[in-house]
Amino acid sequence: MSNLLTRFLAVLSLAVGLSGPVIAQVNPTASSVTEDQLFESLGTAPVVGRVTIPDAAAAYLIKPENKSWAALQAETLHLLVVGPIVAIIVLLALFYLVRGRIRVDSGLSGRTILRFNALERFAHWTLASTFIILALTGLNIVVGRWLILPLIGADAFGTLSAWGKLAHNFLAWPFMIALVLVLLLWAVHNIPNAVDWQWIKQGGGLLKKGVHPPARKFNAGQKLIFWSVILGGAALSFTGIMMLFPAQAGTPADWQLYQTIHALTAAGLTAVIIAHIYIGSVGMEGAFDAMGSGEVDENWAREHHSLWVEEIKGETGAAGHPKAHPAE
Amino acid sequence: MARMKFLCDADRCIECNACVTACKNEHEVPWGINRRRVVTINDGLPGERSVSMACMHCTDAPCASVCPVNCFYTTADGVVLHNKDTCIGCGYCSFACPFGAPQYPQTANFGTRGKMDKCTYCSGGPEADHSQAEYVKYGANRLAEGKLPLCAEMCSTKALLAGDGDIIAEIYRERVVTRGYGSGAWGWRTAYGETVSV
Ligand code: HEM
Repeated sequence: MSNLLTRFLAVLSLAVGLSGPVIAQVNPTASSVTEDQLFESLGTAPVVGRVTIPDAAAAYLIKPENKSWAALQAETLHLLVVGPIVAIIVLLALFYLVRGRIRVDSGLSGRTILRFNALERFAHWTLASTFIILALTGLNIVVGRWLILPLIGADAFGTLSAWGKLAHNFLAWPFMIALVLVLLLWAVHNIPNAVDWQWIKQGGGLLKKGVHPPARKFNAGQKLIFWSVILGGAALSFTGIMMLFPAQAGTPADWQLYQTIHALTAAGLTAVIIAHIYIGSVGMEGAFDAMGSGEVDENWAREHHSLWVEEIKGETGAAGHPKAHPAE
Repeated sequence: MARMKFLCDADRCIECNACVTACKNEHEVPWGINRRRVVTINDGLPGERSVSMACMHCTDAPCASVCPVNCFYTTADGVVLHNKDTCIGCGYCSFACPFGAPQYPQTANFGTRGKMDKCTYCSGGPEADHSQAEYVKYGANRLAEGKLPLCAEMCSTKALLAGDGDIIAEIYRERVVTRGYGSGAWGWRTAYGETVSV
């Protein structure tokens, strides 16, 4: 009320041109918001106000925290991504130097057994091919500007990365489908059991020639890979979808968290997969056939998956492992 | 060479949004994209202040440090520009920017992003100065004509200042000393690591 009166008097004095009774000038700074105070009370939280345009995100005036995420990206993340990948390659090279290619000790028998049927191989190779492209295009986002850009120049690298981004965004979907398929096909064979403990205690026979701990369809090492792929793949899928739909992901801070988890999970899983590719190809004689033709040599199978061979052949003697099927 | 900066004297800004309109018009910025905007803090409360904000052309720009294709560059005038030919619209810069500067036209797959667009300090891009290609991608290049950004040039209360950082900081400092108050050089600490001390 008194406020109104003051204003009225002010207008009146102006209109009449009176220098009238002294009216205290309102100090506009008395309660003005200042950047210093705001930062003090907000800490690192964003400074937010009101905008008249429809874009609600524009109301965030200053978000100092974004710089922390940027610094993490620029200074640490690429090292955390490259680290495990380089480490696993060095380890595998050392392993190869020490152990060489793991041979079939008893030689090839010439007789083969069906190990993975067409559906299993289709699921595996869909998963594998999409994963490899996702891994390469993802790595390109993290380290391409240092490794590839200087080699091919900005224009070619821009084009390459644009295609890479498209590939990454679209191939994520067949990857997820293959992931579900692989889970459905192989989960039953990957439930941990007592045999795995034996296998682990003997180091999988990886380090010593002639040592072959018993295993069913998948040994403990493979189960580890399987569950890494399933859990890592699920984490990548979830965070990836969140990144594809930033508006649905929540706040930008949530998105930044998803991005960091995505990059670190991808790096870890890629390292695991490099080891997997090694042992499934050059690292072990006879292994590739399992996913190539689907047929493995019987001696290979007996050395690496003894209990599985007994199961499918219906042989007795696998103590504690009753046959899955009665007489055929 | 000058080190170009923006400074919004919030004690003068009257939230008229002329800077926003001037920018849109000068560069024919498409629908949905705002290179500059006015944000009102403590709206409706005593002592509310409005700040006109765009890309601050940061020192050690965070956008540049996260860009996977390295499409950002800083000119000799300290202006942070980017190359739309190599930009892949990944959106990382928008999560790195403390000022919400990067904008996307929403034409890419999954309905999210196209090539990034932001304030160029009215100085175009990597294309030849005043070429048609430069205008289409980045808008007008006033700096090459010796003119300052239009938003600041046409600010009716001279709240928004553009020009060499030292000079506009001095103008602001004088104002604060003369009138006896100032709400601060908004964004300076975050963008340049230092604020204007009076
Ligand atoms: C060129 C690359 C690859 C090769 C040569 C390869 C080879 C193989 C082989 C030979 C097997 C069968 C092992 C056996 O007989 O017991 C296998 C199984 C498997 N592969 Fe791959 N693979 C590749 C890439 C991938 C990728 C990228 C993934 C996942 C992202 C993957 C996931 C799996 C899984 C989960 C299994 C079953 C569990 C296991 O054997 O460890 N593979 N792979």
